[in-house]
Amino acid sequence: MNEGRKEIVQIVFLLIGIVFLVKLFFIQVIDDRYAELADGNAILRQVEYPFRGLIYDRNGKLIVYNSPEYDLEMVVKDVKKFDSVKFCEVFEISKEDLRRRFKEMKARKEYSPFKPTLFINQLSSVDFARVQDYLDEFPGIYVQARTSRSYEAPALANALGYVSEISKENLARDESKIYKQGDYVGQSGIESFYEEQLRGKRGVRFKLRNVKGIEKGSFKNSEYDTLSIPGQNLITGIDIDLQQYGEFLMKGKAGSIVAIEPSSGEILSLVSGPSYDPNLLTGRSYSSNFKLISTDTLKPLFNRPLMAQYRPGSIFKIAQAMTALQEKVITPDTRIRCDRNVINCHGAHSNEDLRGAIANSCNPYFHNVLRRMLNQGIGKDPFEDTRIGLAEWNKHIGSFGFGKKLGIDLPNEKEGLVPTPAYYDRAYKSPAWKFSNIYSLAIGEGENLVVPIQMANFAATIANRGFYYTPHLVKAIGEEGKPLPQYTERHYTSIDSSYFIVAVDAMQKVVEEGTGQYRAKLADVIVCGKTGTVQNAPPLFDHSVFIAFAPRDNPKIAISVYVEDAGQGARAAASIASLMIEKYLFGQTKRPHIEQYVLAGKFE
Amino acid sequence: MRNEVDISGKLDWVTVLLYILLVALGWINIFAAVYDETANQTIWDLSLNSGRQLIFIAASVVIIFAIIIIDMRFYETFAYLFYGIILFVLLLIPIIGKEVGGNKSWIGVGSFGVQPSEFAKFITALAVAKFIGSVGFKMDNLKNQLILLTLMVIPMGLILLQKDFGTAIVFASLLLVYYREGMSPFLLIVGISMAVIAILTLIVENQLYLYGVILVILGLIIFFGKRTLRRILTLSAGALIIILTIQSFDYIINNVLPIRHKKRLEALVNPNFDPMGINWNVTQSKIAIGSGGFIGKGFLKGTQTKFDFVPEQSTDFIFCTIGEEHGWVGSLVVVSLFMVLLMRVIQIAERQKNRFNRSYGYAVASIFFFHFAVNIGMTIGLFPVIGIPLPFFSYGGSSLWGFTILLFILLKLDAHRGQVLQRI
Repeated sequence: MNEGRKEIVQIVFLLIGIVFLVKLFFIQVIDDRYAELADGNAILRQVEYPFRGLIYDRNGKLIVYNSPEYDLEMVVKDVKKFDSVKFCEVFEISKEDLRRRFKEMKARKEYSPFKPTLFINQLSSVDFARVQDYLDEFPGIYVQARTSRSYEAPALANALGYVSEISKENLARDESKIYKQGDYVGQSGIESFYEEQLRGKRGVRFKLRNVKGIEKGSFKNSEYDTLSIPGQNLITGIDIDLQQYGEFLMKGKAGSIVAIEPSSGEILSLVSGPSYDPNLLTGRSYSSNFKLISTDTLKPLFNRPLMAQYRPGSIFKIAQAMTALQEKVITPDTRIRCDRNVINCHGAHSNEDLRGAIANSCNPYFHNVLRRMLNQGIGKDPFEDTRIGLAEWNKHIGSFGFGKKLGIDLPNEKEGLVPTPAYYDRAYKSPAWKFSNIYSLAIGEGENLVVPIQMANFAATIANRGFYYTPHLVKAIGEEGKPLPQYTERHYTSIDSSYFIVAVDAMQKVVEEGTGQYRAKLADVIVCGKTGTVQNAPPLFDHSVFIAFAPRDNPKIAISVYVEDAGQGARAAASIASLMIEKYLFGQTKRPHIEQYVLAGKFE
Repeated sequence: MRNEVDISGKLDWVTVLLYILLVALGWINIFAAVYDETANQTIWDLSLNSGRQLIFIAASVVIIFAIIIIDMRFYETFAYLFYGIILFVLLLIPIIGKEVGGNKSWIGVGSFGVQPSEFAKFITALAVAKFIGSVGFKMDNLKNQLILLTLMVIPMGLILLQKDFGTAIVFASLLLVYYREGMSPFLLIVGISMAVIAILTLIVENQLYLYGVILVILGLIIFFGKRTLRRILTLSAGALIIILTIQSFDYIINNVLPIRHKKRLEALVNPNFDPMGINWNVTQSKIAIGSGGFIGKGFLKGTQTKFDFVPEQSTDFIFCTIGEEHGWVGSLVVVSLFMVLLMRVIQIAERQKNRFNRSYGYAVASIFFFHFAVNIGMTIGLFPVIGIPLPFFSYGGSSLWGFTILLFILLKLDAHRGQVLQRI
């Protein structure tokens, strides 16, 4: 009666065996997921953060270096009885902060209770030393060493930029896939422009670990490990002493100082006032400080040398002179009466030649020069004539680097503005404009806009008698390295080099017997300069402008100084420029009264 | 009856060989499971499970000799006595037992302890076999069937008192013996139906939906069939019984079952249920086995078991080590060895000349099969996590000895099968 039951039992047994083998075949052979999950479980990918490249000044002085800091990471699964009161006490955070940190941690994309996730970031070595002894009391908290930026001198903040955690937007935009959430990245200045050179390469070590995250040796004899490669060091052309001196002089003022070595285009100092201490934007207090600095009404993050667009004022007369000479509408000996009909003037002079007109900054002279330049009698009516003349003028002025980005190695450079015929067509909404509408250009007012770096570059161009190297901060990538290739190329202006001697002579005259004689003259070196006083809406003072280079022959430094609301160019700007030149050429200044005058800041 | 001891010629050496292979593979894999590269320990090290397992194996050899030396009639003769003693011991355990890992199933002194429940398996098998083999036993007698079920349910209940759910349900495997000996498959079918209903109860959150479906099906069957009063009443009664069953399952799951078992059951029907919590074991176990690939990572090269991702890696989850280090090939070898053993045991059972021997043989096969199926099934996520060992592989003295005794009593009986009176 029980025939067949033996077979049924056997079939059931075999069936289960076959079901198991099929299921095993699926999870072991067909499905790869489990192998990946197993690696994720047992293989700890330990990132070795590279040292970010250091930044030096032109004399080998260290400007930016790395100092250790510590991230505390939490493996939630390993956290036993968490004494939050004690934790808050040890780490000096509030209960709300602690709660927020837990929330933030769990919101991170890579969060898993089994993996270390960032909990407290950027403890300085001092803070870390304080909490280190207590770490044992908080199982599940692990330490990850990193570095943050530190600064030898509290200077050059805007040019250096800062380093902070990569933003979600930038992370999403990063197509190279180099960055991960929580990575630090250069956010502005040199740190951002040279990010690729500075960042180095992350190293990775694969470690085996057990379920508690405890390391159990290297994975496959370290054959997949890579060492981190430190970033390249950058040698800048900055003279950090000069930079600090410039910032010292600019204290309490708004404006900029740009100093360039004419023979190389290397920037010697790049002062933006007001500025901030770069040490504020490192480490743990980054976010709170950043909020303070970025909402400051004085805009310390606004990098004036590159971003402030000003009317150039009288310094522009030199460019007008060069253009007019090249177009042969005047000669150096052309004399024009200072009639003061259309346009006012200052000082006692009546009928100067070109050199004298520059030295005395004669407004009617250059009004006349620009008319000769723009209205050469080529066009059939005054409108067309001015249009042709302006186009030609624009070409010459543009060849000095005005009206376009110079291409300095910093982000956010502004173009300035050199008007074209098309610009006035738009401005007047018709082509019916002529010289009498636009003559303010003659003396660097009107629609002209330049940025301070362009003014300094202009001074360097005159110093070089007709060419410039694009100004740049970094003179060598790596100790024995070169600058980026675009910075070794000469840019010639459209003016014959022979005409520049007129500008040089005139600028020497400005300093020796013209507007610059009281504050810009130096005893042991011939300084060539030009003042500018840019009209400002009363009751504010005019802007004070000065460009200069020195020595006259074989110049070592070209400089532009722009001080907002400080009155005549011969006062604040000329004083600062001459002090900077003196400091750079001789290592010290011997004119305490001028220094005092600048620091006192009363220029009216 | 001459030379009772010298039965080497009649011993089933195929089974002995299978036994040696399984125990040896088990021992090696226990070492692999607890191996720590940095610790510089050998397989013999007594501080490791593998070293201790070797002692258990040595003790098993002694037990085997004892079983072979003892008169084969001893087992049938004293079956009921053993049964009584073990029930008494099981009854005492909740009072005198030690608690290990949530189960209060151990008795012993100091560090040495045994789990009587492991021995209850072969003793119950003997008692059941003795009853089936008794003179005048007829399976179609309802009273006999009830006695058989009672023999099975009493140790089950006592072990449940120790909260050892896994070991308790092993006794249900004896239903296969009853089936082979002529009990109607109705009980098995009812059992399986109950399991299906239980799973449905777990899957469907709100029982009212389930009841609704049952009533709709009932209505359809009544409507489209012969609408006689008798049929309608029978079907309605059937539906009512199903609904009541669901209700009682629901009650058992929510009020009787320990929460961890309830969660494990829930985890089984819903694989995504809490993978880091209650499903951690199964998730990690599947990761370990699944990462083995076709030929495995190599002996002692596994990472998941060694680094404690898999819990209980040398006892209940020993199969993970095999799967991880030896891949599908290793799994194939182990599954095949068990299949060959089971087929061999059934073959031995079928060649016995009396019902006692035969039904004992079936009990051996059923118990091995149940352990094999539930243990490996749980490691690959086909069964809920119920802590029962994989015979001969899992670390532990009691279970190894229990299985050894179970198997070798059969071999002893088989060696003497020519000497017994036909009683079929």
